[in-house]
Amino acid sequence: MQKFSGWSLLKEAFGGHQGWKTQWRRAAPKAEYDAIIIGGGGHGLGTAYYLAAEHGMTNIAVVEKGWIGGGNTGRNTTIIRSNYLFDESARLYDHSLKFWKDLSQVLNYNTMFSPRGVLMLAHTVHDMQVSKRHIHANRGNGVDNEWLTPEEAKAFCPILNIERNIRYPVLGGALQRRGGVARHDTVAWGYARAADALGVDIIENCEVTGLRKDASGAIEAIETTRGLIRSKKVGVVAAGHTSVVMGYAGVRLPLESYPLQALVSEPVKPIMPCVVMSNTIHAYMSQSDKGELVIGAGTDAYNSYTQRGGLHISAHTLESICELFPMVRRLKMLRNWGGIVDCTPDRSPIISKTPVEGLYVNCGWGTGGFKATPGSAHVFAHTIAHNEPHPLNAAFTIERFRDGLLIDEAAAAAVAH
Amino acid sequence: MKARTTTGGRVDRSKKIQFTFDGRSYEGLAGDTLASALLANGVHLIGRSFKYHRPRGILGSGSEEPNALVTVTRDAARRTPNLRATQVEIYEGMTAESQNRWPSLEFDVGAINNLLSPMLPAGFYNKTFMWPRSWWFKVYEPKIRAAAGLGVAPTLPDPDRYAQQYVHCEVLVVGAGPAGLAAAAAAAQSGARVILCDEQAEMGGSLLSERSATIEGLPAMDWVAQTLASLRANPRVRVLARTTAFGYFPHNHVGLSERLTEHLATTPANLPRERLWQVRASEVVLATGGIERPLIFPGNDIPGVMLAAAARTYANRYGVRVGERIAVLAGSDAAFEAAVDLSATGATVAVIADVRPVGSIDGPGYAAAKSARLRILPNATALGVTGKLRVEGLQLGLIGADGQVVAGNTIACDTIVMSGGYTPSVHLHSQSRGKLSYDETLGAFLPAATVERTRSAGFSRGVSGLAAALNDGATAGAAAAAAAGLHTTAAPLSASSLDAGLAGQPGALPQLAGLIPPKKAFVDFQNDVTTRDIALAQREGFESIEHIKRYTTTGMATDQGKTSGLNALGIVAATSNRRLAEVGLTTYRMPYTPVTFGAFAGAARGEQFDPVRRTPSHDWAVARGGVFEDVGNWKRTRYFPIGSEDMDAAVHRECLGVRNSVGMFDASTLGKIEVVGKDAAEFLNRFYVNNWTSLGVNRSRYGILCRDDGFVYDDGVIVRLADDRFHVTTTTGGAARVFGMMEDYIQTEWQDLSVWITSTTEQWAVVAVQGPKAREVLAKVVTNVDLSAAALPHMGVAHGQIGGIPVILMRVSFTGELGFEINVPAEYGTDLWEAIYAAGQEFAITPYGTEAMHVLRAEKGYIIVGQDTDGTLTPDDAGVAWAIGKTKRDFVGKRGMERPALKAANRKQLVGLLTADPAVVLEEGAQVVLEPNRPIPFAMIGHVTSSYFSATLGRSIAMAVVEGGRSKMDQTLHVAMPGGDIPVKVVSTVFYDPQGARLNV
Amino acid sequence: MLVIECPYCGARPEPEFAYGGQAHVARPSEPATTTEDELLQYLYLRDNTRGLFRERWRHVRGCGRFFNAIRDTTTDFFVTTYKVGERPDLPGVGA
Repeated sequence: MQKFSGWSLLKEAFGGHQGWKTQWRRAAPKAEYDAIIIGGGGHGLGTAYYLAAEHGMTNIAVVEKGWIGGGNTGRNTTIIRSNYLFDESARLYDHSLKFWKDLSQVLNYNTMFSPRGVLMLAHTVHDMQVSKRHIHANRGNGVDNEWLTPEEAKAFCPILNIERNIRYPVLGGALQRRGGVARHDTVAWGYARAADALGVDIIENCEVTGLRKDASGAIEAIETTRGLIRSKKVGVVAAGHTSVVMGYAGVRLPLESYPLQALVSEPVKPIMPCVVMSNTIHAYMSQSDKGELVIGAGTDAYNSYTQRGGLHISAHTLESICELFPMVRRLKMLRNWGGIVDCTPDRSPIISKTPVEGLYVNCGWGTGGFKATPGSAHVFAHTIAHNEPHPLNAAFTIERFRDGLLIDEAAAAAVAH
Repeated sequence: MKARTTTGGRVDRSKKIQFTFDGRSYEGLAGDTLASALLANGVHLIGRSFKYHRPRGILGSGSEEPNALVTVTRDAARRTPNLRATQVEIYEGMTAESQNRWPSLEFDVGAINNLLSPMLPAGFYNKTFMWPRSWWFKVYEPKIRAAAGLGVAPTLPDPDRYAQQYVHCEVLVVGAGPAGLAAAAAAAQSGARVILCDEQAEMGGSLLSERSATIEGLPAMDWVAQTLASLRANPRVRVLARTTAFGYFPHNHVGLSERLTEHLATTPANLPRERLWQVRASEVVLATGGIERPLIFPGNDIPGVMLAAAARTYANRYGVRVGERIAVLAGSDAAFEAAVDLSATGATVAVIADVRPVGSIDGPGYAAAKSARLRILPNATALGVTGKLRVEGLQLGLIGADGQVVAGNTIACDTIVMSGGYTPSVHLHSQSRGKLSYDETLGAFLPAATVERTRSAGFSRGVSGLAAALNDGATAGAAAAAAAGLHTTAAPLSASSLDAGLAGQPGALPQLAGLIPPKKAFVDFQNDVTTRDIALAQREGFESIEHIKRYTTTGMATDQGKTSGLNALGIVAATSNRRLAEVGLTTYRMPYTPVTFGAFAGAARGEQFDPVRRTPSHDWAVARGGVFEDVGNWKRTRYFPIGSEDMDAAVHRECLGVRNSVGMFDASTLGKIEVVGKDAAEFLNRFYVNNWTSLGVNRSRYGILCRDDGFVYDDGVIVRLADDRFHVTTTTGGAARVFGMMEDYIQTEWQDLSVWITSTTEQWAVVAVQGPKAREVLAKVVTNVDLSAAALPHMGVAHGQIGGIPVILMRVSFTGELGFEINVPAEYGTDLWEAIYAAGQEFAITPYGTEAMHVLRAEKGYIIVGQDTDGTLTPDDAGVAWAIGKTKRDFVGKRGMERPALKAANRKQLVGLLTADPAVVLEEGAQVVLEPNRPIPFAMIGHVTSSYFSATLGRSIAMAVVEGGRSKMDQTLHVAMPGGDIPVKVVSTVFYDPQGARLNV
Repeated sequence: MLVIECPYCGARPEPEFAYGGQAHVARPSEPATTTEDELLQYLYLRDNTRGLFRERWRHVRGCGRFFNAIRDTTTDFFVTTYKVGERPDLPGVGA
């Protein structure tokens, strides 16, 4: 792998940058692989990388129906945090957060991870109770999360409106200082380049059209628009399209795909030194390295594969943004887009073996999968390589729904009285 | 205004306007944009580019402008960054500034990036800034961020107002150029409701830039005026100028953003700054025209290099001569039109250098240029531009018959205008999910199959020539009206003009063979993307156009690639030996041009952000200094402080007031649902876990609702008012979802049941009167009810009057005291509250809020669903399994809660906790552990759900869910706190009056 | 913001409606004989169809009625809406 560094950049500058090599090969599918990953997003490419780097499996392929990183990896608001409530979640997401810290160095690709701190606001007494519960539980799991008063929150994010006379005043917030953002595309490209260097074939424009099982019911091949490719291990990491792909093997999952919108403002000079989230009034905002305010909107109400949603959803988010940050009201929306998020009933992922021998699935990340990319990829690679889950994803099975062993992050924040 | 022509144009030469740009005063004319006014003053240097801080001028004349971004400031709170000078209408006293430069536009320190640019190719930041690791966070990233961004955001809240309007119409026409006007006129004739919108201040589109075009024998703008007058006179037609159709959403839902005051020197108080229109149209006509493409050659970004159509617009519409000595670079016929019109402004056209060979240059513009004796040089290319802050010369190259380029002369000039052909504006068609197909002849992507009920007309679908565009528009307008069910026909229109086609040459101009251009040739001006960046991306294996876009950032600036998109494709196609159509387009997304956040937010600010629900005692509580909390949409009084009391002191007093005498509480927020029908009892039997058939009339019972997964969802007291009529109460926050869930089961699962439900939350006001003196208070005001324990026992219900108002009295208690909840029709709620308060005076009645209510119920171990439960607890976990009707065959959640995991012995169960130190109040949410003083991470077996200081008991109390909690009674556990663990004893959740003696009196 | 044809009230904008998920998911009516797998199917497993999908809506800010729809989840266009209890057959539409 050609080394990326300031020196190599300087050296290339003198040669008119003619010496840079392709970042990943344009591989054509071989007849057979030791493992195939379906889905060339960050989770899938990362899985291939860890299979090669940590499990010695280098005869593997990632097949992607479009261009790598073109799904939710390239469509999210890049928020990274690990302050989840339940032990299983906190450990999994914190596993991931630890990878983020030096992912740039490991991949030799600047993923621009910026631990600017993620502040989750509380607007009601109930929000405060939920925040405190998270903070205490996080401490027990060794995950940093601290309570800020409204004044401390404003000191941390000076453009935050903490006036008491707004409809849902800020009563405080939970801050995870290690949380932050990264540059989404670089995660896909960095994993792709590093995996490619280890021999992984990355096959773009290759849509899976079927999964083939042998007489014993075990997976034996995938059918694609570029032909049949054999493998006894197939990992599906297809996000919003997981139900469709798994349907080819006759596996029905507890998933529903919804449109999730996001938007950016025109770039402005730095005004936002952190990430602020409000689950109660649906507002998520940070500022990118380029100066754009990056804003996450809510999901539309209905199942859809269209990668777009209604105007009322993004408008509602901007109502909230303008309440929380009244000085951004004059700024402008530059671009709005949609992704397809696959949601489970308990809003926790599935990283698991399946009823089909040799078929594995990593899905259900809903609205929050980007942050988990390295950790998810790491444990999924372990699951595929060993045909057994890593201890950190042992609870994230398909069977938990049948058994009533949900990891219900959503219900735990239930609003009532 | 040295560059102003003496006559012509659509500016008002009698109205002079003073404005400042970067602190210097200038004069312009009414009708000028900031760009035209600055050009009239000979100012070409307007801004600095994003990455290299290169000096930049004005490229275009409208919303396509990538370079000339400015900040306009009215006052400290009304600063608007990143406006395109080409769209900003000047007003008297306007203050505008350039951006992204320090200390000044002419001398910008950031321009050092231009010298460092060999180190800053596309994606450079992916390859470096990684060592030492900590420097990314501490040094590199802060520097990158400080350098990035364009304008400066305002620092004060925006005081302006934004409006929104929803409207239906049969035909929405986007664009008021020739095709759009003809479409609107034809559609309007049918009697259709028509909306015509255009992003510009004046309607007419391309006609505004014409000098000699005629329509129906009239000068084109006279025809425009006539057509507009007729449209405006039609009450079914709405004409919206300064209104951009920015987004095309499913089911013919189109978003328009109208700017109402930004062009005014003083803004009238009655007008919003902007208005967001949400149009639902039966049919849409897209007459969005096209945008001219720059040519790609070294130095094509130096101030003074401009699109030919823009230069022509400045000449003909604004009466501005963009240069004195102009070189024209032609890649399309349109350049000739411009050359002729620029020549007419008195400028010298030094050369028309055309990249095409002799035989392929034709058209009316060419003929006009020839007859004006302008110097035309075919087979030419541009090798470079001299000049730094302004063009000084154009270095020509000559293309030989073999395609090889040799260096030519340098033509001295102060301005270069260029035309690479036109790109039809298919943004909205594409946003509507319509298909595009590449037309090889025109070199353009044109609208193909539609998904929505929409059609494109005129230039936007490749129809060029004025007469053809007009008639295409008229046909589309008539067809749209017909498709909406109205009848009309389009009469043919006649016209004449210098009709240039839209064909041109996407991609980069030919250069000297084998030479890496010493100067940058820009593709995306604002984001500083050069041909070399695109080549680098391809060299590094980025093949998909989406990857190239993301790697180089071409098309990602505030103009979203309006001038750069097709050129980038052309370069990619040429270097990868693919057809342009194969490379494909990136996805068009809303908005077409940036739209103000405030317009989306509209009136939703402050109290208007979300509806406020107020209880009958609200004003009374406000008057007494009550402190409120938000619960759902409700404002509930949390406590009623007296004097300088803080919350703890007030709650202490309120609790003792209830326990020792009597208190009153506004319980109107509880959800209320009336369940009626001969199967009402059977429905509740199936729906709630309890048994309801055995409940007598005028009796009530505490009900638990689960979902089918077996977890607790809601709770509340249910009253049987008659055999076939129940009054169900829910939690405050749960009312709507419980109602929806009831409808779901009634309508879709149990159609065999005869039952109807009605939400009555808003119909009843409820005052809870609680405490040992409650009966005595009620006795003073209630008539026609026997309040004795025998006649009205605990959970009994009676009907009577208070001051003639009919009331339902429910003897229920959420405090553990003798208690009544008085229900009256909502309009009497305030009267009831005041009547009870007056009657209670002799018992020193204490109004209490939600906080005291929480303490009082916790002393009795009554749960709050959503606080003590969280969607993961079964009724058994929550200690309310006694409510389950054990003999029922089925109810919602019965099967779900029978799953083994939901019956495991070690599940988290609700218990009471007492601290060893009675003064210590545990923190809600704190975690329960088995062993003290463990290292982190540690195992947690539960958490504190409710915790208070009980004034009644003189000590702290808490409830918690703890793994196997009920088997740990009297054991000592620990609550983990950062400052040290707190030992606690596991006890019953009932801390006060466990026998219920105070209830049954 | 979709336009949805309520079979009782006619075409209305999406904010008047609440989504009800996949249609024709029958609730097991006999808890005593319902298997874990049947419960799993009912509570959690969904087709999540890419293409023509039978789904439920409720006209919550209108007549309040539940009804069913067939919608193409790749375009968000409705093919038809129909009342509870009905089940029009359409080529290419699954259960």
